[in-house]
Amino acid sequence: MSTVPYGLRAKRRRSALRTLGFLSPWLIGLSVFFLYPLLSTVYFSFMKYDGFTAPTYVGLKNWLYVFRDNPHFWPALSNTLWLVLVMVTMRVLFGLGIGLLITKIKKGAGVFRTLFYLPFLAPPVAASVSFVFLLNPGTGPVNHLLEKVGIEGPQWFNDASWSKPSLTILALWCIGDLMVIFMASLLDVPKEQYEAAELDGANAWQRFRFVTLPNISPIILFAVVTGVIATMQYYTEPLVAAKVASGVIGGSGQQFEPGYPDKSTLTVPQVVYNLGFQRFDTGAACVVALVLFALAMVFTAFLMRRRSGFMSAED
Amino acid sequence: MTETTQTSRSARTTPVRTGELPASTSAPRTADSRKAKRKAALEWIAVHSLALAAALFFVLPFVFVFLTAVMSDDQALTRALWPKTWEWGNFGTVWDTPGFLTWWKNTLLYAGLGTVLAVGSSLPVAYALAKFRFRGRNVMMMVVIAAMMLPPQVVIVPMYLFWAKQMDLAGTLWPLIIPFAFGNAFTIFLLRQFLLTIPKEYTEAAKIDGCGEFRTLIRVVVPMCRPAIAASALFHFFYCWNDYFGPQIYASENPAAWTLSYGLESFKGAHQTDWNLTMAATVLVMAPVIAVFFFAQKAFVEGVTLTGVKG
Repeated sequence: MSTVPYGLRAKRRRSALRTLGFLSPWLIGLSVFFLYPLLSTVYFSFMKYDGFTAPTYVGLKNWLYVFRDNPHFWPALSNTLWLVLVMVTMRVLFGLGIGLLITKIKKGAGVFRTLFYLPFLAPPVAASVSFVFLLNPGTGPVNHLLEKVGIEGPQWFNDASWSKPSLTILALWCIGDLMVIFMASLLDVPKEQYEAAELDGANAWQRFRFVTLPNISPIILFAVVTGVIATMQYYTEPLVAAKVASGVIGGSGQQFEPGYPDKSTLTVPQVVYNLGFQRFDTGAACVVALVLFALAMVFTAFLMRRRSGFMSAED
Repeated sequence: MTETTQTSRSARTTPVRTGELPASTSAPRTADSRKAKRKAALEWIAVHSLALAAALFFVLPFVFVFLTAVMSDDQALTRALWPKTWEWGNFGTVWDTPGFLTWWKNTLLYAGLGTVLAVGSSLPVAYALAKFRFRGRNVMMMVVIAAMMLPPQVVIVPMYLFWAKQMDLAGTLWPLIIPFAFGNAFTIFLLRQFLLTIPKEYTEAAKIDGCGEFRTLIRVVVPMCRPAIAASALFHFFYCWNDYFGPQIYASENPAAWTLSYGLESFKGAHQTDWNLTMAATVLVMAPVIAVFFFAQKAFVEGVTLTGVKG
């Protein structure tokens, strides 16, 4: 320390202050809207609090209630597992397929790309309301068209075993984000590798298997992990679809049995909302919120480890 | 002869794979090249029919929503696909529904003000994370990514108590707008990814000319990263426009503060069987987003690529 000349020390202090100045909005935001409420969530998870009377300490009671007695927590977790296994997988495969297709189209590629991308922009509430209409068994055009070719359509959003597949179709419709990411990564594959493979007599499948796949595998992993994280947050589509399909009138006062039909569309964030804002059980809501936090952070940590380039500066 | 086959074939194949030509036609035989030609033609047909089928999947939902939006009340109760009469007045009816205009204004306020605040406050943070060397920079970046991936429901309970009890702002959109003045993780991330691609020489040259860091940012960096600013502003605008959870938490108790996304759901509730009016409302909620997209398509697609691929 003493070896550092005075001028240099002053310069260092100035540059530290400068860094702090540039970061200050975020540092304030981080403490007020992230750290403080996170600690507060931990605190409330051990408290009984209904929002009106003073909170009282109850130990692990909220945790026991959530894991043992809450009727929604386990169905929500198992639905999340279903969505991770089926919806995320289907989305990645479909996104890759559409990305491949886009790179092969020669006529009107720009028009096709725009059309394929457009549904991704539809506001989730609007898209969910639309799909409940399209798939409604009474007047919906999908079952009408299916009937014309001799198939009796399912009850879609009104049948517990079809509601998640219906949500999956909606998620496939909104494939635009993955399509663009896959398209960009496919165009980045070095052309020489395809040429070399072709010289070696590789057919189309072998070229895909041994040239394309190894090149884009980091992007596939990225798509899977971000897909899993998005599934942890999956909220608007299942909730709005369930509300609209069940015919419950929207608005504040109305009670709505979450997860219609038969808890099949429940997700973890919905359980937080139900406990915290419909039953005013702050403690239990905070327990579920912490479970959600742990799940999201496990996958985020995985993402950061596997894609160190995702975050480190290369300058 | 060989010459002409070759040119006609190279016209067919994409520039991507022109490399195959010298190899496979090194000993050209007419039968071979005819076979290859037929194969290319078949592939062309297969790719484009698949593309058409996919286009139907993506476009038909919009078409059916639109066709239902212009049906008469009576016809909307039937299974008809094509409107018998075109009731353009449905859009007017929705527009004149009490509240609809308020939802519009609220959504514009939330999305517009939220975007300006988020981009303005995130830019210096992103600049520091991309260009300054300081201890804890990588940790900061990890925190940004963690915050980006954090489901909003994790901290919502104490957050609501804070805004409702301490600030007395429940029933307004301010609890959603104010935090954006303190940086937004996704915006910071996106801008930083772009700022990394700006060569050091530019900022250094500005400093030699006597610019302080802040002036360098405003005078040199901001003009250079206009596309990234446009992309992150668009993303943020759409995020707010589409947000359902936030308005549900803070605004649901006060219909005067509802946004389009939240109002649309209640609109369906109030018009149980009138699918035509609900679809007309849906069209009116979707339309602005799609219109903005057509004006700013390039910035948008660049932004999506930036989030996933570069880094």
